Amino acid sequence: MTARFTLPQRTLHWLMAAMILAMLFIGAGMVTTVAPRYTLLVSIHKPLGIAILLLVLLRAALRLRHGAPSLPADLPWPMRAAAHASHLLLYALMLAMPLIGWSMLSAGGYPIALAPWLHLPPLLPPDPTLYTILRTAHRWLAYLFFATILAHLAAALFHALVRRDGVFASMATGAMKS
Amino acid sequence: MRSPILPLLAIALTTGTAAAAFAYTAGWLSPDRLTPARIVDALSQRGGEPTGHRRNHAKGICVTGEFEANGAAARLTTAPMLAPGRYPVTGRFAIATGNPAAPDATGRVRSMALRITAPGGQEWRTGMNNSPVFVVADPQAFYELTLAARPDPATGRPDPAAMPRFVANHPEAAPFLQWARTAPWTASYAGLRYYALNAFRLVDAAGTRHPVRWSMEPVDPAATAPLAAPSDLAPDALAQDLTQRLAQAPLRWRLVITLAAPTDPTNDATKAWPEDRERIDAGTLTLRAAQDEATGPCRDINYDPLILPAGIEASDDPLLPARSAAYINSFDRRIAETARAERRP
Repeated sequence: MTARFTLPQRTLHWLMAAMILAMLFIGAGMVTTVAPRYTLLVSIHKPLGIAILLLVLLRAALRLRHGAPSLPADLPWPMRAAAHASHLLLYALMLAMPLIGWSMLSAGGYPIALAPWLHLPPLLPPDPTLYTILRTAHRWLAYLFFATILAHLAAALFHALVRRDGVFASMATGAMKS
Repeated sequence: MRSPILPLLAIALTTGTAAAAFAYTAGWLSPDRLTPARIVDALSQRGGEPTGHRRNHAKGICVTGEFEANGAAARLTTAPMLAPGRYPVTGRFAIATGNPAAPDATGRVRSMALRITAPGGQEWRTGMNNSPVFVVADPQAFYELTLAARPDPATGRPDPAAMPRFVANHPEAAPFLQWARTAPWTASYAGLRYYALNAFRLVDAAGTRHPVRWSMEPVDPAATAPLAAPSDLAPDALAQDLTQRLAQAPLRWRLVITLAAPTDPTNDATKAWPEDRERIDAGTLTLRAAQDEATGPCRDINYDPLILPAGIEASDDPLLPARSAAYINSFDRRIAETARAERRP
């Protein structure tokens, strides 16, 4: 049994996993529906995105302070490299997606309403070129985000079910035999 | 060592299920779903060259001025721009067409869109038409109507059987069609009353919700005489008339908020509410200047009817989420097209 992530790190990981998956599904759903649920989805998407932005800052601070358990010594180097690269990508996307969404609404001249009584200031002035770049990036990075999460999930299950090397257990909250 | 086949299958099944759920949510597995993109695609195929323009109400003109609230509606809503005061307005008049070069006589419906801004960044955006009711009650019917009216690329004309078929299948369109047949044509955006066709809810300081509709009533409705025939309207008469009038003097409208009785439908924009409902004169809109849309301040504004201040909420009208979703789709397309055109030397 290798070392585990700290309890705050594990808690944040699973909480944010649920929030980010919800966010990606809400985003994909709200731009492809004209049904009444559209209004509800949009009203969740914005405050949830800002909540993720705040939590990823906390999470990055915890990671810098507590680090992460080292990977098994016998892990082949391509898997090791893929693990590090995908974790870096996930952190980058967690940070970038809310900021791109916020900037995109700013460049589109939209008020950034988290709730009727809670508005964020614009990050950028209205600008058609910036809006279009950010809007396009928000969409394609969302697909990349979801694909990376799927790869992360497959790798986690590979550690848990095939290699049984304690990597999955280091992030699991319950007791896990290894 | 155990065979890894079963665990690998489990991993493939788990990730495959997640991917399929995402694909379903994104509409990739349901080509028949009515999406904002399909509505905007249909609106984009009505003749003319809509690239860089709104896909509906494509031909318009920007206006600026202010809204002066008298505070009469403040007991019903905490909306900051309905508290006494003056608030800047960036607006737009347009005709309901898919073709930004359409002659004005082809626009039976005219619209006034407004963005009213309060200090602190709260905004109230509203798009209103000069018909007292809308033609359909839900997005599916709107899509069918758009298809029925769309010209066939081969003939340049709509299928002659399509519109009668639509009308026969949609009795809810009758009040609008009656208006379209009988309302006088005028040569001006001024002098018309513009109706926010959908219902909304005002929310007061105690949190009580009041279902309402609002409209802009011209202060000087006699400003325009009816035309003998729509064909008397020159192709660009409306923008010219507005520019000339505003060069002489400001134009004014009164914001009238109509309160629903408990029996009045809030989810059906095809049905007018009875005339005797309580009406509140909430303030005066004064428009002072007009600007060409190509360089005007309204060009890059999405008059999404769900951009509302605190104190105003959407009702259960199914057209509102569909309008918002489709306006954003149209906005994304035309803003990208505008950006592309501006990059070109």
